[in-house]
Amino acid sequence: MATEIPVVRNILEANDRIADQLRKLFAAHKVFVPNLISSPGAGKTTLLERTLTDLKGELRMAVIEGDVTTDNDARRVAATGAKAVQIETDGGCHLNGSMILEALASLDLSELDILFIENVGNLVCPVEFDLGEDCKVGLLSVTEGDDKPEKYPQLFTVGKAMVLNKVDLLPYVDFDVERATRGARALNPGLEVFSVSCRNGDGLGAWYDWLRAAVAAKKA
Amino acid sequence: MHEAAIAQSLIEIIQQEMAKAKATRLLSATVVHGRLTNLVPEALSFAFEAMTMDTPLAGATLHLRQVPLVVRCFGCGEEFTPEDDNLLLMPCPKCGEEFGHTVVTGKELYLETIEAE
Repeated sequence: MATEIPVVRNILEANDRIADQLRKLFAAHKVFVPNLISSPGAGKTTLLERTLTDLKGELRMAVIEGDVTTDNDARRVAATGAKAVQIETDGGCHLNGSMILEALASLDLSELDILFIENVGNLVCPVEFDLGEDCKVGLLSVTEGDDKPEKYPQLFTVGKAMVLNKVDLLPYVDFDVERATRGARALNPGLEVFSVSCRNGDGLGAWYDWLRAAVAAKKA
Repeated sequence: MHEAAIAQSLIEIIQQEMAKAKATRLLSATVVHGRLTNLVPEALSFAFEAMTMDTPLAGATLHLRQVPLVVRCFGCGEEFTPEDDNLLLMPCPKCGEEFGHTVVTGKELYLETIEAE
């Protein structure tokens, strides 16, 4: 005989349980963990290279690199002197909690102030998977079009900060900073927006101050 | 959205619930998904069908129910669904406020019920 069984269980609960464990670990070691999400080519790795180089000696930082394949990004990050752990998802379009847990085996959290997670380049799937991070940071480059927050609302709704990269190219592209900011803030009024150029360094000072403040808050 | 990963988690939860109820055949399952999750129903149905072949879950009907986006106005507290599904500009129909609305519904993604024997 058929019976109806009420369930009401969150479909991503297995990942959420691992994420809770990760969050506890990061809290115990007082490590600030931002999860960087963007489309491919927006400049996540370049932003990290600049940040790791410019704040070297001031903050202790490491990176978990997520890519579909190759360890090119981990090698670029390692060239700055920071520790990098590469996760190859073998076709997977996002990182999940168990991948992070595995990567932590190669890292000593007690030696870190910031652990950057560079997610797989993709504006959609990575947003759904909680990695126990402190916050999601969305990266958008001005060559992608100012309607991206509108087309991919999930990221910009839950993100704590949006880094607008490649602003040195603004004179050559039709990108309305005001429109992109407005779109992103419609559902997320507290969103921090940083306009930067990782190529010439413009605007990075504000991003670094934000990171310093986040580290201080985590340690407090 | 990542429908194959969602289908996999969904199948695991259904198997656990069927075991608890000592059921051996799944007839249907109802999944509730909010507008903001951007779940693609056809992709989830396809993944579910492909991944349940030759299992006690095979042939079950997957009911997918979308929950609309409802936000509470930052300005006056009015609850409304943005017109034309426009997620960039969502002026409150009562006071015109465009920013800072709180999401009331639209983020859901859960298995609501299963029917099994």
